[in-house]
Amino acid sequence: MDKKQHDANANKKKNMVYYIEYYVDKYKIPLAAVTAVLLIVLPQVVSNQYIVTTAVKIGIYIMLALGLNILVGYTGLVSLGHAGFVAIGAYTASLLATRLGLNFFGSIIIGMVVAGLAGLLLGLPTLRLSGTYLSIVTLGFGEIVKTIAMNWDPVTNGTLGVKNIPAPSIFGYKLTIANNGLYYLMLVMLLLIALFCYAVYKSRTGRAFLAIKTDEMAGIMMGINVTYYKVLAFVLSAVISAAAGALYATLIGYIDPNTFTFDVSTLILSIVILGGMGTIRGMFLGAAILISFPEVSRSLMDYRFVVYGLILVIMMRFRPQGLLGWKSQMPYRLSKYVKGRLEETKQDSSVVKQ
Amino acid sequence: MAILQVTGITKRFGGIVAVDKVGFEVNKGEIVSIIGPNGAGKTTIFNMLTGVYTIDEGEIIFDGKPIHNHKPQDIVKAGISRTFQNIRLFQDLRVVENVLVGTHIKTNYSFLDSVLRTGRFRKEEDEKVFEAIQILKSIGLDDRRDDYAQNLPYGDQRKLEIARAIATGAKVLLLDEPAAGMNPQESAELLQFIRSLQKQGYTIILIEHDMSVVMNISDRIYVIDHGKPIAHGLPAEIANNPKVIEAYLGGVSASA
Ligand SMILES: Nc1ncnc2c1ncn2[C@@H]1O[C@H](COP(=O)(O)OP(=O)(O)OP(=O)(O)O)[C@@H](O)[C@H]1O
Ligand SMILES: [Mg+2]
Repeated sequence: MDKKQHDANANKKKNMVYYIEYYVDKYKIPLAAVTAVLLIVLPQVVSNQYIVTTAVKIGIYIMLALGLNILVGYTGLVSLGHAGFVAIGAYTASLLATRLGLNFFGSIIIGMVVAGLAGLLLGLPTLRLSGTYLSIVTLGFGEIVKTIAMNWDPVTNGTLGVKNIPAPSIFGYKLTIANNGLYYLMLVMLLLIALFCYAVYKSRTGRAFLAIKTDEMAGIMMGINVTYYKVLAFVLSAVISAAAGALYATLIGYIDPNTFTFDVSTLILSIVILGGMGTIRGMFLGAAILISFPEVSRSLMDYRFVVYGLILVIMMRFRPQGLLGWKSQMPYRLSKYVKGRLEETKQDSSVVKQ
Repeated sequence: MAILQVTGITKRFGGIVAVDKVGFEVNKGEIVSIIGPNGAGKTTIFNMLTGVYTIDEGEIIFDGKPIHNHKPQDIVKAGISRTFQNIRLFQDLRVVENVLVGTHIKTNYSFLDSVLRTGRFRKEEDEKVFEAIQILKSIGLDDRRDDYAQNLPYGDQRKLEIARAIATGAKVLLLDEPAAGMNPQESAELLQFIRSLQKQGYTIILIEHDMSVVMNISDRIYVIDHGKPIAHGLPAEIANNPKVIEAYLGGVSASA
């Protein structure tokens, strides 16, 4: 009787989300294969530099959103100064490339390390802050980075910015938009970052982040070192944003302090909120929508921040979890090993009963 | 030798003395209850034991070592875990994930292990998931393991808090009104479960208003009123202690 009732309840609960997840999971291999093929052939099929550039931009913003999502979506810390980390990554990598002739892969890694240190520096003093206070401090951080970029002339070249940022090259082969090299570089970086975020999410670290977000005190009582995990969230977030920033600099070939304004921070945050905080899938959809729509029409471009603001307000009112921000309705995934052991114990206990 | 030895602990909040020179001891494997009227200071004692509050006077010796004013994280690691009177689950996480958060301090793979999905990561993660499910089975929550904590009925949420506390590996459990909001059948089941924990070697300190639970299960009882200890002894002694009856009746007539 009890069992039946349980099944009936389970049936009733199967809504659209369940079916979407069920079929996506069932056909995940063909779906992944088709997506991969589409993404790989896309630049060859469209062979339009403008569209390929937009695709790379979308990819970069997905990475930025994935980075911010670790902070906002997983750990519940809102940052309004994320452009600061993007700037640190972009400037460090570009300056190393233009002044010291370091190649892209060396300079992006150093850019990530420097941004990681900045994340550490920002994370530590903000530990005791939450909510509005934290937002204000992060906002200040973004402005400070911009101000440094503007005034530290001997290094950053001030308001003139950094010009002629070279394209990345592998074994002497230049990766550009024209030869689709930058596009494929973006795909590889995006894949690595998305896998990284997934791995972090589905681990003890991800659970600690979520615990801190939902109930910090309860997390402390479970022995979670809140200081460590909050700072870690800042560092990971900064490192990912820096990588995306360095790629952005080579895509455009030119950066100046106004490349990294407060608008960029809000745009990244808007993507996270629109797509669905705490999800990985949401970052893809959010970035695709918010980055492609101003490209669709030039007249929209002028009003895009009005539109971003409107989107945020509407989302907060009607769908605060974001477009794809649902909770999984599928059962918690158990590994083969765990399933096997559960089977064993089931048999053991039935033997005991007889 | 008592596993937990508390002497003269005091907690003041501004003018009021919430806990006033309270002392008690708990032996390994005992179920000891702390009772007293509303606002007596029971939860405050738990907060002092678990490091949420610093103590103003006295000492708390656990396993021969002082733990008062240590960080909460260190106290859990030392082996004391708790549940909350006002349920504090990770509401957006699944039941099994709540218990997995409980295993946090027993999980030893590194950050790099989890990013690279090493064998060590998979092995340890599997073990913890299996263990979490076993804990859920023992407390009768296994059929709800995929549900989100917020969707559980009240009684099950309380059970889940206990499951999560067990998962930390602590052998001393502080349960703050675990039967609150449970129907008589549920609280009878809970009683059974707490007894089974005792058989497995757990030591339990219980705050509970339900006298049928307290009198049934406790090895010894401490009574406090207005932050002060007023009596302690075996359940039968407490039930007939005039001071205790006075404190409770006084409490009732004052609030009526
Ligand atoms: N953080 C705090 N700040 C100020 N006063 C507090 C604080 N925590 C507890 N108190 C006060 O200390 C006293 C004891 O509270 P406590 O919660 O320990 O009582 P209790 O015995 O658990 O009561 P109940 O049975 O209602 O749960 C109360 O008067 C309460 O108002
Ligand atoms: Mg209380």
